[in-house]
Amino acid sequence: MTSIDTHQEPFRLGMLLNDTRYRSLTIQVFALAAFILATAWLVSNTVQNLSALGKDFSFTFLGSRAGYDISQTLVPYTNNSTHGRAALVGILNTILIAILGCALATVLGVLIGVLRLSGNWIVARIAAVYVEGFRNVPVLLWIIAIMAIITESAPAPSAFRGEEASASMLFGAFAVTNRGLYMPWPVLGPGWQLVVLTFLASLAAIVFLRRQARRRQEETGEILPIFWLGTGLFFVPVLLVDALLGGPITLDYPVLERFNFAGGGFVDKALLALWLALSLYTGSYIAEIVRAGILAVPRGQTEAASALGLRPRRVMSLVILPQALRVIVPPLISQYLNLTKNSSLAIAVGYMDVRATLGGITMNQTGRELECMLLLMGFYLLVSLGISSVMNWYNASVALKER
Amino acid sequence: MAGAGSFRREMLEAQAPPAARTGRLRWLQENLFSSWQNALLTLLSLAAILWLVAHVWPWFAHSVWDAGSLTECRAIIRETWGEGASGACFAVIRERWQQFLFGFYPRELYWRPTLAFVLMFAALAPILFAELPRRLRWFAVAFPGIAYWLLWGGPASVPLAVYAGFAIAFLVHRAVAARASELVALILAAAAMILWWLHLAGPVARALPILPLQPVGSSRFGGFTLSLVIGVTGIAFSLPLGILLALGRRSQMFFVTTLCVGFIEFIRGVPLITLLLVASFLLNIFLPPGTNFDIILRVIIMVTLFASAYMAEVIRGGLAALPRGQYEAADALGLDYWKSTRLIIMPQALKISIPGIVNTFISLFKDTTLVAIIGLLDPIGLTTAIRADTNWNGIVWELYGFVALLFFLCCYGMSQYSQYLERKLRTGQR
Repeated sequence: MTSIDTHQEPFRLGMLLNDTRYRSLTIQVFALAAFILATAWLVSNTVQNLSALGKDFSFTFLGSRAGYDISQTLVPYTNNSTHGRAALVGILNTILIAILGCALATVLGVLIGVLRLSGNWIVARIAAVYVEGFRNVPVLLWIIAIMAIITESAPAPSAFRGEEASASMLFGAFAVTNRGLYMPWPVLGPGWQLVVLTFLASLAAIVFLRRQARRRQEETGEILPIFWLGTGLFFVPVLLVDALLGGPITLDYPVLERFNFAGGGFVDKALLALWLALSLYTGSYIAEIVRAGILAVPRGQTEAASALGLRPRRVMSLVILPQALRVIVPPLISQYLNLTKNSSLAIAVGYMDVRATLGGITMNQTGRELECMLLLMGFYLLVSLGISSVMNWYNASVALKER
Repeated sequence: MAGAGSFRREMLEAQAPPAARTGRLRWLQENLFSSWQNALLTLLSLAAILWLVAHVWPWFAHSVWDAGSLTECRAIIRETWGEGASGACFAVIRERWQQFLFGFYPRELYWRPTLAFVLMFAALAPILFAELPRRLRWFAVAFPGIAYWLLWGGPASVPLAVYAGFAIAFLVHRAVAARASELVALILAAAAMILWWLHLAGPVARALPILPLQPVGSSRFGGFTLSLVIGVTGIAFSLPLGILLALGRRSQMFFVTTLCVGFIEFIRGVPLITLLLVASFLLNIFLPPGTNFDIILRVIIMVTLFASAYMAEVIRGGLAALPRGQYEAADALGLDYWKSTRLIIMPQALKISIPGIVNTFISLFKDTTLVAIIGLLDPIGLTTAIRADTNWNGIVWELYGFVALLFFLCCYGMSQYSQYLERKLRTGQR
C-alpha cells in the first residue's frame, strides 16, 4: 500500500524563485517595492520642483476672489465670489449638461434603436446612416461644428423684427437665435410651494396606486384601469390647486425689445451646442445598445407570451422589456458616464463647466496646477464611482434569482 | 373521355406566383408598405430625403474650387448662378489641404510622412491578413523605427540603438537561461536592456551618425499626420499594455491585482482631457528638475495609458467569457502560466473580444482630436485656426465636412475590418 508523501521539503532560498507556491510572494514583494520606490521618486521630484518654483501645496486659493465672470450660472455668482464658488458653479453646470444630455440621448437612442429594427427598409436604413455617421466622427468635431452652425446660420435677434421678419418664433414662444435659445420660463407667485407640493403628492399617489394595482392583479387577476387613473391623478389635482389659488405659477414669455429678447428663459448657445452634440453622439451609441438588447431576447419569448394569450402591448411591457432592460441598462449607464466625461470638452465652445472654471481659468490665474488638477480628477472620480455604484446596485437587483 | 383514364399522368409545372407577390412589387409591399403606418413612415422618410437632396445638391453643384477668400467665393457663385444661389466653397480645402494632411511640415520634405504612411500599410498588411507570409512580420517589427526616422529625421542610429536594446536583452536572456532559472534570466535581460537604454544607447547613437536625415521638430507636426502618429502609436502600445493589465487584474496575487484595479479604475474614472492637461502642465512637476520632453511624446504616453485601461476591461471580458475548462485543460497539459496564456488562453480570449478591441481603437483614434484643446494643431485645431483667418471667416460646412469625412473613412474602415475578422475567425462552435 502506497501512502501519499506528506513529507515537507525544507525551505530553500531558491524556492522563492522556482517554486510556484513562493514565487508569487517574491513577485509581489518586488512589485510593492517598485511601486513604493516610484511613488517616492515622484513625490520627491514634486517637492523639489515646487520648492524651486517657490510654490507650496495648499488649497487656500479656493477662498480668494475669483475675478472672472461666468455667463450661465445656476447659483448666484459674481466676479467678486471666491474661486471655490466658481468651482461650485462649474460643478453644477457639469451636472446640468450631464442630466440634460443623458435625457435627450436616451430619447434619441431608444427611438433610433427601435427604428433601426423596423421592418420598414427605408426607415431602418436612415437609422443606420445616423448611427454610423455619428459614431465614426469625433465628438469634439460635432460640438465645434454645431456651435459654428448655430453661430453662422441661426438668425440674429434683429431678424425677428418688423412686419416682414425673416425669422419667426416657434409657437410664438421659442426663439432660436445666434446667441442661444429664448423660451418661456415659469414665474413663481405667492403660494407656488402648494402647487409643487400637490404635484409631488400626486406623483407619490400614482406610484402607490400602481403598487396596489399590481398586488390586486397578482391576488385576484383583476386588472385596474391604471393608465387612466394615473393620467387623471397626474393632471387634475395640480390644475385644481392652481386654479383655486388663482394661478400662482405663470409663464413669462420672451419679448423682443430694442436689441435683444427680454424676459423668459435663456439658454446660451454654448450650452445648446454642447447639449445637442453630446446627445446626438451618445444617442448613436445608445441606439446600438437598445438594438442589441431587443435582439438579445429570443423570439421564442414573444411567441410563448402570445401563446399565453397576452395582447401585443402586454407582451412588450411584461415579457420583452424586462428581459431586454437587463441587457440594456448596464452599458446604458456606462454611456451616461461617458457623456458626463465628454462634457469636459465644454471648453471648446466656452461653456463654463468644472473643467473650464476650476481646471481652466482658476488654474491659470492662481498657478495652482497641482491642487486644481487633484480637485478636478477627484470630482470626476467621485461622479464615476457614484454612477458605477448605481450600476452595481441595479445589476444586483435585476440579477436572475435562481432557486 | 371521362372515367378511370382521365387523371393526369405527369406533374404540372409550378405556376409563377401572382405578379403582386413577386419581384420588386412584393419587395416594395413587404418592406415599405406593409401597413398604413409603414406607408406613412416611408412617405415621410422619402419626403425628408428629397428635401435634403433638394437643398444639398445645388450647394454641391454650385461649388467653387478656385478662390482666395470666402467673399471671393460668394462673389463667383453670385455671378455664375445668380443672386441668392447657395454654393459650397471648396476653395478653402484646395488651398489648405496640404496643411490638413501634413500640418507645418517642411514642404520639400512631404515625401517623408507620405512614405511613412505607405510603409505603414506594408507593415500592417502581414498582421491584418494572415494569408501573407509570416516572414513579412519582421517588417512590421522594424516599422516603428523606420517611421520615427522618417518623420522626425536625425541619424538612423537613434532607432537602431533602441532596437539594439531588445537584441541585447534577447542575447542576455539566452546566455543566462542556459545556466540559471527562467525568472533570473528575465530579470537580468530587462536590467541589461534598461541599462543600455539609459546610459549607452545615447552616446553610441551620437558616435555613429549613420544615414542622417534633416531633423524636423515636433512643433511642425500637425494635421492628419499628427492624428495618425498619435493614433497608430497609441493603438500599437495600448493592446499589449491592456493585455498585461487584464492579466494582472485577474491574477491571484493580491498586491498585483490591487495595483491593476487601482490604475484601471482611476484612468476610466477621469476624462481624457484631464490626463492631457496633466501631460501639458504637470508632467514637468513630477519628473526630475530640468527634464523637458517632447509634447507629442507626452500626449502619446497619456493616450496610450488611457486606451490601455479600456482595453484591459475589454480583454478581461474575453478572459471571463472563456470556459473554465480551457484554463484547467491548459494546466492539465502541464503548461506553465505564460505558455498556457500565450498558446491557449489569449488566442481565444482575444478572438472573443475583437469587437470591443476595435471599438477601443476607434475611440482612441477619435480621441486624438482632443489634443486640439491643449493647443496642438490636429485637423480640428486647424479648422479653428482657418476660421480665425480673415479670408475664411464664417466658413462652416465645407471645413467640418472635410474633417468629418477623413475621420469617418478611417473609423468606418476599422469597424468593417473588425467585422471581416470576426467572420473569418468564427470557428462554428457557439
